[in-house]
Amino acid sequence: MRSFEEILKLCEVDLEFHEAVVELESRESGKSEDLIYANMSYMFDAMEQSVNSAINAEFKGRMMEDEARRFERYIAQRDIPLSGKFITRASRIALSVSQYNASMGRIVAAPTAGSCGILPGLLFAYRDLYGPSRDMLVKALIVAGGVGEVIQKRATLAGAEGGCQAECGAAAAMGSAALVYLEGGSPEASAHAAVLTIKSLMGLVCDPVAGLVEVPCIKRNGTLVSLASLCADMALAGIRSVIPPDEVIDAMRRVGRALPESLRETSKGGLAATPKGRELEKKIFSEVPPMAEI
Amino acid sequence: MLDIIGPVMVGPSSSHTAGAAKLGRLARRAWNGEVNKVDIFLRGSFASTYWGHGTDKALIGGLLGFMPDDERIRDALEIARQRGLEYRFFGESIDGAHPNSVRFVIYEEDRTMELVGASLGGGVIELKEIDGFSISLSGDLAAIITFHRDQPGVVAAVAGVMAEKGLNIATMRLHRQGRGGRAAMVIEIDGELKESTKDEILNSHSALMRVIFIPSPESDVR
Repeated sequence: MRSFEEILKLCEVDLEFHEAVVELESRESGKSEDLIYANMSYMFDAMEQSVNSAINAEFKGRMMEDEARRFERYIAQRDIPLSGKFITRASRIALSVSQYNASMGRIVAAPTAGSCGILPGLLFAYRDLYGPSRDMLVKALIVAGGVGEVIQKRATLAGAEGGCQAECGAAAAMGSAALVYLEGGSPEASAHAAVLTIKSLMGLVCDPVAGLVEVPCIKRNGTLVSLASLCADMALAGIRSVIPPDEVIDAMRRVGRALPESLRETSKGGLAATPKGRELEKKIFSEVPPMAEI
Repeated sequence: MLDIIGPVMVGPSSSHTAGAAKLGRLARRAWNGEVNKVDIFLRGSFASTYWGHGTDKALIGGLLGFMPDDERIRDALEIARQRGLEYRFFGESIDGAHPNSVRFVIYEEDRTMELVGASLGGGVIELKEIDGFSISLSGDLAAIITFHRDQPGVVAAVAGVMAEKGLNIATMRLHRQGRGGRAAMVIEIDGELKESTKDEILNSHSALMRVIFIPSPESDVR
């Protein structure tokens, strides 16, 4: 599927967002709808497993500490944290899964490994607080997949090509659309939630310190769940993007291309190029075991 | 849409970790046996950031037969030592090499194999060279690679054996170093391969010099 328009058109004939996505995917890949559903169901289980493992795992980063655990302790002390129960819980899960990825844990790229915390953060915080059926959550994952597919086809999901808007940004947009579905919103609201999210982080740069998926990637996973949640609420309230959804994604592609190379996963600009970023990089490279050069 | 959520993989990077594990496994599949000695030459960003991304562990994990989502990848270097896999890592800079690429030299007493592969992003890989011969193979399916002299009838002869065995060709690509010179044919197939078919293919035409079987990615999982 190449456009939100295509998905929403199918929805006009009485399909839900996820049903339209599965039908289009089946048409394009020749795979049966059952097989597509089964595959997503498998991914959902793997994601749940990654959350369970990540929550219990100790994190020893090369540059940062176990911030997921620190946040958990804080949440436990507060009755209702400033950002509310849902966002703080989603953020805690997103931080955990992202930390787990950085320490070579088994995760589900969603859409990429660097942005793998956001979707599980949103879906499993929602499960914990609102108790939807597993079937609903798998369908929400399909909604997210459909949004990701449109972004991949019209723009990109690679930080090296489009900056962090294409990785963590795409993940947040996917999650926002999924939340709208879980809350019973219309397919149109899902599409608008996705692009309201993209509009607020358009141009986000990819600037990993020392080239590693740690600083600032892990905390970006932890913070962007909040934007996804707010944009879902806005879309559910009937707020719509003035710029049509597909045109927002097209703009995202052009903005990504216009980003200088230094801000597209090369670690030559942004946070990677700060004095502290350079210091950390130097320290990390000094720890690398020597390799014969030929 | 199916490749947006997923793959399930060991972090932290789809190109530097998952792609590297797949490349290691593809090298093992091409070698067709237990790898006991290997020299690994890292190129481009594989050479500069291998340590932070666990590229070394992923490559060795793959050579041990681990899938990209196998958490033993984290301990692959120790497991390699326990299993007697001897490895050495080198960095090399080659003009025009893919930025995320690696050259394996696998050897035992009477045989060696050299493979060059690249990680293209998102866990997608490409085998680019076998024993100095440029080819292109994704590794997603089982494959037959023939080395032969560029002569009429080779394709038909090989395809004939495959038809007889009921093997369906998914993709097929010919590579040659000039007319009448050395040539290679890369055939991806659906399903698995029988070792006995290899000799039949080799004997199907006098121009054929060597046949390599690469089993499917689902086979030989350790």
